[in-house]
Amino acid sequence: MSVFILRRLLQAIVVMVSVAFVSFLLFQYVGDPVVFLLGQEATPEQIRQLRADLGLDQPFFIQFWHFLVNAAQGEFGLSLRQGAKVSRLLAERFPATFELALVAAILALVVGIPMGVYAALRRGSFLSQVFMTVSLLGVSLPTFLIGILLILVFSVWLGWLPSFGRGPTVNIGWWSSSLVTVDGWRHMILPAVTLAIFQLTLIMRLVRAEMLEVLRTDYIKFARARGLTDRAIHFGHALKNTLVPVMTITGLQLGGLIAFAIITETVFQWPGMGLLFIQAVTFADVPVMAAYLCLIALIFVIINLIVDMLYAAVDPRLRVAKATG
Amino acid sequence: MRQTLSRWWDSDFGYSFRQSPAAIIAAVIAFICIFCAVFAGWVAPHNPFDLSTLELGDARLPPAWEEGGMAKYLLGTDDQGRDILSALIYGTRISLVVGLAAVALSLLIGVGVGLLAGAVGGWLDAFLMRLCDVVSSFPAILVALLIAGVARALYPQASDIAAFFVLILAIAFAGSNGWVQYARTVRASTMVERGKEYVQAARVTGVPASRIMLRHILPNVTGPVMVLATIQVATAIITEATLSFLGVGVPPTSPSLGTLIRVGNDYLFSGEWWITIFPGLMLVLIALSVNLLGDWLRDALNPRLR
Repeated sequence: MSVFILRRLLQAIVVMVSVAFVSFLLFQYVGDPVVFLLGQEATPEQIRQLRADLGLDQPFFIQFWHFLVNAAQGEFGLSLRQGAKVSRLLAERFPATFELALVAAILALVVGIPMGVYAALRRGSFLSQVFMTVSLLGVSLPTFLIGILLILVFSVWLGWLPSFGRGPTVNIGWWSSSLVTVDGWRHMILPAVTLAIFQLTLIMRLVRAEMLEVLRTDYIKFARARGLTDRAIHFGHALKNTLVPVMTITGLQLGGLIAFAIITETVFQWPGMGLLFIQAVTFADVPVMAAYLCLIALIFVIINLIVDMLYAAVDPRLRVAKATG
Repeated sequence: MRQTLSRWWDSDFGYSFRQSPAAIIAAVIAFICIFCAVFAGWVAPHNPFDLSTLELGDARLPPAWEEGGMAKYLLGTDDQGRDILSALIYGTRISLVVGLAAVALSLLIGVGVGLLAGAVGGWLDAFLMRLCDVVSSFPAILVALLIAGVARALYPQASDIAAFFVLILAIAFAGSNGWVQYARTVRASTMVERGKEYVQAARVTGVPASRIMLRHILPNVTGPVMVLATIQVATAIITEATLSFLGVGVPPTSPSLGTLIRVGNDYLFSGEWWITIFPGLMLVLIALSVNLLGDWLRDALNPRLR
């Protein structure tokens, strides 16, 4: 077990250093940021001064070392476009992305699992077939298109919900939350649904497939023979055993939520980290891009580690297999 | 030609095709899309790139069946008076080309890596598979976006061809839907095939290793790969559309479906829904039909389900 975790940790460190190297390379090859900041009419002294200020006049490896040390402390320097500290920019944007991903994840689980259970138990019923057809659409529809369609129907045609931004936010310490006001929730609905739909359909199909598999096993037949109620069999025995793969996939999908959040945030102009990244790409704002790359890699490495550990903790067969093999 | 066609039609494969209405409909739709894309110059009623034929007076016309629409522009026009249907057909062509090229590149890399890992084994195998694990632990769209975004930031003035190449590369390398899935499948089947008698026989008779790999093992591992490739065409087209929508995809001079959606998105609020919705529907139609074909192919090629 500990060897397994250790190996994973080592792998995680290798990934992190390679991503850090890629983001550092960005600095080396992107066109001169000094020109971006000062414009074309800067004097040579101004340029030299700024290069020295930004540390751009030092050799390659020293710059990489500085970069690694600073990155480990969450320090990525100043945004070339906004002149503000990157760490602060990201910290400002983080709550928006986190709240969006959280609401979407809860929505996907709370709606997806019951739908999957229903589709498995009442296989062939009209509603199940509707679920399956809709889920096929959910998998085929790209995220940005779902967002556009929702905006068209609920904002443009019906005028029920706002289509961009977060609405009013309330600061709780450094955390700005839009989940404490009614208007904030109204802004949340469309982006959260957009982000949730793909995960929702995935969870639903997964739960359905796993339930069908489990319902065929002998211990379910035995439980039936013992005269247990349908409810006890379906929820106490069958559903419980389907949750291991669901948990793994959901854990891995948390990362997917962050990835798809980039798209959702662009469609809805949601002021999160994803939108910050896309804007940084457009303006070649390297420090922001580099920080985002490293942060995303870190989040993924942590999620993967936790999922691996949970998996080993939940499924005793895995522990035995790891111990003997 | 006719003989092979009729033989195909009478085979198990053709039989399962005839028995699946979803596969037939999907194949018809896919065929129409490919036909229109290949012969875009003849099929499209207007040339959306010929600026001299554009009339600004015809800008933002709704589809022909809506009030104020003109029969000349079946699906309406965009802000520059461009016929949506024609832009759609040309856009489909670009989306299909990028999608197919990305799949071809992933196949090339993935099958190569898989064969190498499976046939050579040892540390090379361990290293390549570890690499696959790492690549596929990131979501595909994120990897594609990061590659395309970083490339865009590095070379903002890249030529169109270079931009296309980077885009195709980004999609081919993207996470678990890219080359990695082929590498894993091919490696697994290669390891099975490697121990079989025909390979041993070839080795004993002195056939060089590279020839065994390419002429003996490769033809026997292509079945599952073809299924994966079909489904990947759909994901590749959607990935391309997403990247273009975010502004890091195809160069603006050759708009794909994603670019059309991005441009049309700005007009959504003024009520001109057709500029963005029709390219969107087209995208879904292509993705759905390719997915259905892939599902059918998987079932048809799986002997356990027969």
